[in-house]
Amino acid sequence: MTTETDSPARQSMTVDIACVGFGPATAGFLTTLSRRLADAARPPLESAASPGLPLQVLCYERADDLGFGVSGVVTRARAIRAAFPDLDPSQIPMAAPVREEKVLYLLDPVGASRRAVMLRAADRTLRAFHRIEDHAFQLPWTPAFLHKGDGLIFSLGQLMQWVSAQVMATGAVQIWPGTPVAEALLDGKAVRGVRLLDQGVDRQGRPAAGYLPGMDVRAALTVVADGPVGAVGRQLDDALGMPEGHARREWAVGMKLVVDLPEDTTLPAGTVLHTFGFPEPEIFGFLYVHPDRIASVGIFVPSWFESPTRTSYRYLQHYVQHPALWRHLQKARLRSWGAKSILESGRRGEPFLCGDGFARIGEGSGSTNVLTSSGVDEAFATGVQLAEGVIELLEAGQPFTRENLERAYVARRRQSWVEGEGRVAEKARDGFQRGVVTGLMGMALAGFSRGRASLGEEPPHPAEQVGSLEAFYAGKIPPDEIARIRADCEKKGVPLHDALMDRAGWSPIPMDGQVLVSQQDALLMGGKVQAPAGYADHVVFLDPQLCRGCGKRVCVEICSAEAIRPGQGGTPTFDREKCVHCGACLWSCPTRLPGSDRVNLEFRAGAGGLHSAEN
Amino acid sequence: MSGYQIVVLGSIVPDPLQTLEPVATAQGPGLKNEAMLPHVLDPWAGHALYEAAHLAAKVPGSRVTLLALGPKAKLQQVMMAVGQKVPFELVALDGPASGFTDAHDVSAKLAEAVGKLPGLDRSRLLLFGGWESASRGAGVTLQMVGERLGIPDQFQGVDALTVQDGGALEILERVEGGKHQVSVCAGPPAVLGWATGNLPEPKNNPQVGMANMRGVMPALQKAPPAPVGTGGVKFESVAVPKVTRETRIVKDLSPDEIAREIVEWIEKD
Repeated sequence: MTTETDSPARQSMTVDIACVGFGPATAGFLTTLSRRLADAARPPLESAASPGLPLQVLCYERADDLGFGVSGVVTRARAIRAAFPDLDPSQIPMAAPVREEKVLYLLDPVGASRRAVMLRAADRTLRAFHRIEDHAFQLPWTPAFLHKGDGLIFSLGQLMQWVSAQVMATGAVQIWPGTPVAEALLDGKAVRGVRLLDQGVDRQGRPAAGYLPGMDVRAALTVVADGPVGAVGRQLDDALGMPEGHARREWAVGMKLVVDLPEDTTLPAGTVLHTFGFPEPEIFGFLYVHPDRIASVGIFVPSWFESPTRTSYRYLQHYVQHPALWRHLQKARLRSWGAKSILESGRRGEPFLCGDGFARIGEGSGSTNVLTSSGVDEAFATGVQLAEGVIELLEAGQPFTRENLERAYVARRRQSWVEGEGRVAEKARDGFQRGVVTGLMGMALAGFSRGRASLGEEPPHPAEQVGSLEAFYAGKIPPDEIARIRADCEKKGVPLHDALMDRAGWSPIPMDGQVLVSQQDALLMGGKVQAPAGYADHVVFLDPQLCRGCGKRVCVEICSAEAIRPGQGGTPTFDREKCVHCGACLWSCPTRLPGSDRVNLEFRAGAGGLHSAEN
Repeated sequence: MSGYQIVVLGSIVPDPLQTLEPVATAQGPGLKNEAMLPHVLDPWAGHALYEAAHLAAKVPGSRVTLLALGPKAKLQQVMMAVGQKVPFELVALDGPASGFTDAHDVSAKLAEAVGKLPGLDRSRLLLFGGWESASRGAGVTLQMVGERLGIPDQFQGVDALTVQDGGALEILERVEGGKHQVSVCAGPPAVLGWATGNLPEPKNNPQVGMANMRGVMPALQKAPPAPVGTGGVKFESVAVPKVTRETRIVKDLSPDEIAREIVEWIEKD
């Protein structure tokens, strides 16, 4: 490492490899690379930035600790096991081998779920000809490609804590939490490092007390692994464009609770329940049981759910009260809560995987498999693949050019199971554009045909998937009543979803202070959300005029943390101290800027967020 | 004056944001799922560390050492956050940092480690720490370390330290009634148990982090085991205050309105 001051205000330093974000992909990358660096039996890999020293490898993570990520992880763990052949799940808190796996179709016990005629008919048929317990129908058989039978249940936070401890114990690399990266240092199409986020600024980013401009960290290789809504990955997408035919059209927000199950629970560790059908047919859910009577329970709200009031939290509260789940959760107690966006475009959302001086890994590189509902292990695998390529180049003394990274990293990835299975999954979800039943049939078709056949078409831009409230509630709430509710909520400065869902027949949530708590309590008791002072707002509404004319304000409705609220004059307000950085506002903004994939909401690099390591 | 040798005694505690639940373990009382909880540098020790760095920056030739007794793996994790704040050298002892460890045991290990610091010069030694701990507010460990090292000048609840011309130390201590007591001592050695001090939490500085990390990892790798127990104390029961939450987040409420709501809430019981 060398350091210098290239201006009175902004410092810079030079390292060999700078990583952006510490998630499963970087965990795979650093696990593999740090072992090589610490291997005394092999020739040392010397630093070019600081001759005479070992390779200088740094990783910057936005969150205040290394275990504050979110995922509902049940995984076959092929890449993770390959990296840790002697992996003993009992050594990782909250890890358990999968013991029993069920898929439940949840019928609607409330009568408020918005089900198409065909689905209602199917529900009636099921109730008439099958023995239905707890308003749930267990699928007697599920295709092998959905199974995680030989896999593991993890808490992502605990897994990341465990891996980071292994990595840092080598002493070969450094991982810095609480250090957001603002942007990549672009030089044409090359990346020359990263710029860290300015500190000591006001909400608008203007210098204030304790101003410390973000340092420029110059690096021969920048590893971009900041997830699907990360600022650096999206900056590269904007600057370099996407490969032909690739786009990020399909998203979901996953929201979960981690709970202590009651002492008399009958659910053993290793139980996996996948569900679909409730609270809305478009919303999938899960319940995974960890050791020591801890369970993760959550839902996914997709971008193709056309409701403008796609509130994850209220739906999650109804989900846990479904009789098939409530029988296990009634006396449970909230431990943790979190939410994150999932890039469900998978391989179709794959950006340019490398260029001069940079490589992309993990979910932001399009590794998530939406057919097998698996992302953590795939992300980890891409990190391992990049590390193997990087080691190869370093040992050969070759620079990190696009050509060399294509050969050393991308070629490895193309030959791997991540790529093969990603191609099978590429069109698997297109059927959901025509409805849930078609979507499920499309998934089965893609799975059985190994991706050769599919139903439906590629989704449009997510901004174009949001319908009108009047259309969504047609037959349930008259348009003039919607207008009245809208005006009333605007006056009170609250989102629409509670009033509309109440009116549509969803019963009020019977808060019990244990599992059913207010959204703010979920933030505080579960997510322990907070943000350090001295950083700028990272959610910015670009053109207030466009916000005023929006009328849907999906950003307000879907915000996982009530950080975005209705504002005076029609432009929403943003409260940085509540934000969990899930990024759902970004892909839910229905105001697309003309001639661009961008929307009227910017999701920039920011600090803070969840402070729970159990999600 | 060739600067101070400031030794900050501080370890880690579960992140105060987490929900803590005492349980009985085979090793004695502990916290439920303690291994899973994210940890932070004890906030009281944090104030002491930042004050130490502030003083060291003003007095050339000063050196700050953070002496931490805690589980090595957790210390490692916490150092990645703390290490970006201010320059220090880490000396680590690998042992439990639970709030249930016995202060006598802990102070003995810490005093021994201070005594073994290379180049220790008592005439320059300032022993800093928090005046209490976020894991259990017994607030006696620092005093006992001072006693074991034979340092009679001890100050608790310190909010400010000023070096006078000639090297005497003027110290502002919190006393009853929301007031401060001003004391002056001739100079080191002295023990200062810090209250909050007056400094904001330093910004994360990557260069400070890089410099610190050169010493942090080796210090962790050679951290000697420091088994400390409950000192034969039997805990009949342990409890944390009952948590009752009725949370709303409201901004721009006047102090009068906040006070009125709190009074109303208290009166409900």
